[in-house]
Order: sequence, then C-alpha cells, then structure tokens
Amino acid sequence: MEELVLMKGNEAVGEAAIRAGCRFFFGYPITPQNEIPEYMSHRLPQVSGVFVQAESEVAAINMVYGAAAAGVRVMTSSSSPGISLKQEGISYLAGSELPALIVNIMRGGPGLGTIQPAQSDYFQAVKGGGHGDYRLLVYAPSTVQEMVDLTGLALDRADHYRNPALILGDGLLGQMMEPVNLPPLSHPEDLPVKPWATDGRRGGPKRVINSLYLQAEACEEHNRRLQAKYREMEAGEQRWEAAWADDAEVLVVAYGTVARICRTALEGLRDRRLAVGLFRPIALWPFPGPALAGLLQRGRIRAVLVAEMSAGQMVEDVRSVVCGRVPVAFYGRTGGVVPSPEEIGQHVTAVYEGGAINAGCL
Amino acid sequence: MRVAFERPAGLTDCPTHYCPGCTHGIAHRLIAEVITELGVADRTIGVAPVGCSVLAYDYFDYDMIQASHGRAPAVATGVKRALPDRTVFAYQGDGDLASIGMAEIIHAAARGENITVIFINNAIYGMTGGQMAPTTLLGQLTTTSPAGREAPREGYPLRVAELLEQVRGVAYLARYPLTKPPEIGRARNAIRKAFQTQLAGKGFSLVELLSTCPTGWGMTPREALRWVEEVMVPYYPPGEFRDGPEDPGGGPSRKRVG
Repeated sequence: MEELVLMKGNEAVGEAAIRAGCRFFFGYPITPQNEIPEYMSHRLPQVSGVFVQAESEVAAINMVYGAAAAGVRVMTSSSSPGISLKQEGISYLAGSELPALIVNIMRGGPGLGTIQPAQSDYFQAVKGGGHGDYRLLVYAPSTVQEMVDLTGLALDRADHYRNPALILGDGLLGQMMEPVNLPPLSHPEDLPVKPWATDGRRGGPKRVINSLYLQAEACEEHNRRLQAKYREMEAGEQRWEAAWADDAEVLVVAYGTVARICRTALEGLRDRRLAVGLFRPIALWPFPGPALAGLLQRGRIRAVLVAEMSAGQMVEDVRSVVCGRVPVAFYGRTGGVVPSPEEIGQHVTAVYEGGAINAGCL
Repeated sequence: MRVAFERPAGLTDCPTHYCPGCTHGIAHRLIAEVITELGVADRTIGVAPVGCSVLAYDYFDYDMIQASHGRAPAVATGVKRALPDRTVFAYQGDGDLASIGMAEIIHAAARGENITVIFINNAIYGMTGGQMAPTTLLGQLTTTSPAGREAPREGYPLRVAELLEQVRGVAYLARYPLTKPPEIGRARNAIRKAFQTQLAGKGFSLVELLSTCPTGWGMTPREALRWVEEVMVPYYPPGEFRDGPEDPGGGPSRKRVG
C-alpha cells in the first residue's frame, strides 16, 4: 500500500531504500547528509536490518563491498569529500561487479569546501572518480519524490547489472521537506536470488569475488566484458524529462536542484511568450544524449543554455552532443551558492535575445 | 600403500606461488585443517588481502573475496553482518594489517566483530620486493631502509598483539611463530580456539603468526627460521594474550536477518 507522508529528502532516501528491500547500511557522518545515517540507525533495527557506523568512509565502502559480495542489498551515503574517500572502494565494486547503492548529497568543493549545496561532483560521478575504466549508473533526483523513486530504481538496476549505482543529490534536496508517496515495503527474501554471491559454498563449487587479473590478456578480456555491459546500460537506461521542448527556440539543460529552479524561471518566461524549453537528464550516466540530439534535429532550437551549480561540468557532455550545431552557453554558480529563478531567467532571456552566448559564466 | 601425508580438504589442488621456505603455506594448511575439523567448510567465507597472500582466494577451497589493501576487516564485517551464521575469516599480512589497515583492524576489534583474523607477521613487504614494514625490526635491512631501520629515522616496529590486547571487544588473541613442530602445533591450537571463539559468538579473534620471508630477508630457508627464533621472537613474544571476552555478553546483538 502506498502512503503519503511529509519527509526530508535525506530521510526519504533511507526509507525508500528500506522499502526497496535494502536492510544494510554502512556509513560515516558528514554534513549535509547526516539525516540518512541517523534515520537508518533507528529505522533499520525495526525491520531486522543492520546499521553500522564505520570508522571512516573508506571502511564504510569496504563493508558495503563485503555485504554486497555476501549477496544482500546494501547502501552507503556521504557527501562530496567523503565520496572522494570512497572512490577506491567504488572502483573495486565496479571491477568485481558488485551491486550497491551509493548516495552523494553534494556540497561545494574543492577540498573541505563548504557544507552548502553544489553540483561540482558531476565529473567524479559520471567519468569514473576512481581508477580504471568503469561506469556507475548515476541518477539525479530533482524532488523529494524523485529521491524516493530513483532510490528504488537504483537498487533494482544495480542488482540487474551487477554494478554500483549512485544517487547524485545535493544539500538542498537532502534538507528540504516535501510530501512523498512511499511504495509498499519489499522483503529481502522476495528479491531475485544471486547465485554468484559468496555466501558459503554449501556443497557446491567455491565462488570468488575478485577484480585481480594478473595476466594482461585476462584483464583485457575482463574489461571487454565490462564495456559490453556498459553498452547494454547505455542502450537501456537513459532517462530524461523534457518540458516545452516542442516549440522551444532556446533549450535550457539542467539536472537536479538547478533543473527545478530553471523550471520555475521558464514558467515565468513562457508566461511572457518566450519560446523556451527545458531538458532535464534524470540519468546522468548513461547520459541521454540521443534524446537531446533528437530535439536539436527538429531544427527549431537556435541556442542551448546549460545551468549548473558548478564551474561547468555537464556542459561538456551537452557540447559533445550538440557538436557545434547551435551555440551552447553556460551559467554556473559555485561554492554552495544556489542560483535564484530570477537570475536564471535573466540569463535565459539574454541567450534568447541573442546577446549573451558566451557571457554569464559565473 | 598407506597415505602418510596429504593436502588437507579446504586447500585446492593448485601450486602456490610462494617462495621456498616461506611459511604462508603452513599458515594456509593450519587454517584448512582447523576449518575441516570444525566442520564448517561449506559455510565459510574467507577474505584475501593485498600482498603476497593476495592469491589466497585461489588456494583456499571456500567462497573467497579479494579485498583492497588493508580493508579485509571491513569487508569481513560486511559479510558477517549480512550472514551472521557463516564463519568469516580475514587473512592479512603486516603491511596490510598494521600499516594501511590499522584503522580497520582496531575498529573491527573494538566493535567486537565476530570474525577471525589470521595475521602474518614477516617483518617486511614481500610481494612488492622487500620494503620496510611497520613490523620491520630495528637494524633490519630492507629496500627502503637500506642502512637498517633506525628509530630516529624510521620509527619503532609495532607490536600488534600487544596493541590489540588493550582493546575491549577482543575475545581471543594469540601469537606464535611458525618455526618448529611444537610451535606450529601451538599455532594450530590457537587458530582452532580463534575459530571456536567465533562459532560461540564471543567476538573478535586474531592469531598473529611470526613468519619467514627468505627472499625478502636475503636468507636461506634455514637461516630465515633461525632469524624468526633468534631475532623476531624476543621482540614479539609468543603466547596467548586473551582467551575469552573481557566483557562476556556485552557485544552487539547478532540476530539473523531474514
């Protein structure tokens, strides 16, 4: 049975994971995601789950690695500096093909940065982050409801592909409260079995979870298998949303918190009869490039504006899709500053009027 | 024809890459013998480290997980919390456990994680070619302490068993050298007690095994065994440091998750 409740984004992620059958959480405190471990520490015991506050983010991701190898649904959460610490473990999860959910409630960087919201971990999330050729499934919610929906989806897709998945939120989404529809509680015993899991050989042959291939040819073969899996994800897991795209002359591309600010800004501009539209990637990897290219091929769009709470990261992927067909402008705020709908509106208007294609950066 | 000696169940029929005179093979055999004896082979999960024993996942005939450098106790924690009724052990060398993985081992011990750790102390980094370890003894030559380890320059060797003895949550703790048959017998007995501690749900158990690295030390196998007895044993005294939890019944609840 679904139920409508008022929840903070961070708590909603925790509850959504439990509802999706996740009973194991390993984490370490860092602002602005502390509500996730706090919520899990009291909620998981109620459903016979396990919460462990690890000694570090490094230990937490390796506990996730162990629990994932044992075959259970498992998650961790952190914020930007903590996610940096987890990168080696994430690379091992990808290399060993273990499913797990990692939640990054981003804050501004680099270094210790700030505790205010940012989107400056896009490169880290979608381009690798750790060592080696690997990919994560990366989902970018823009509402608390989507925090719930994408958490369930991420756990499901992670199991399906035997691959780690990442929810890329930010401090604003984590801290805001909104009404959400929660899905019914799933039970771990109803989830598909994982015959590959190292849970004791029980009379059968032994199984090994490993990412080491000492022979170069064997390691390349392993990489080929991984790349084939990533191509399969690219074919099946692109997700996006478009609004007012049919008649748009200027297309704004944004994700997460910034997409929702852009939506507010564009509503105002649409009232003033400006032909502006929004393209919002929901999956950041695989990036929904074909859908964006499809909109451009219609020929109406004469400029694109990418807005991010970063110095310009997703814009690189947008530019590679647009490929010079129309100008791509960028507007970004950094360091934890959240742009207002008014300032986004001004920059969209400037692009619309053709005067600010290369202006407005920072 | 009578079989006088054979590979124990629990070890695969796979030639190991260990050097002649290295005691990893003895340590592997003792673990396999104990697990067979306790009848838990079918529900054992082992965690292999980074270091010379990285390929332990090939040699043990159990479900095995390869961990990143130093993190085997965290990985074992994840497995054991997910599967509390399985037997979980981590196999770690001294660089892995006492240098890069010091936080993980201390905190797994402090949590009283119901896992067993087999700690191979050979006072050197073997796999990477004989560099200084946190357990390298004063005066010992390595490729990164070429003038011999000196305290003012390279600090002091860490005594892991003595360090962990201070940690509540440790239920069984022992150190023995893998030198002569009587010592190997005591090591075997300690490994059995460590696994029995886990099977009884009493908490964290660790056995430190003083081991040889003839290649890294630049010695013959016989010289290496003598060096363990004459140089390592005086600094790393053998014995049982803890037998039974300091705080019986005070550990975390270990309900089966269903």
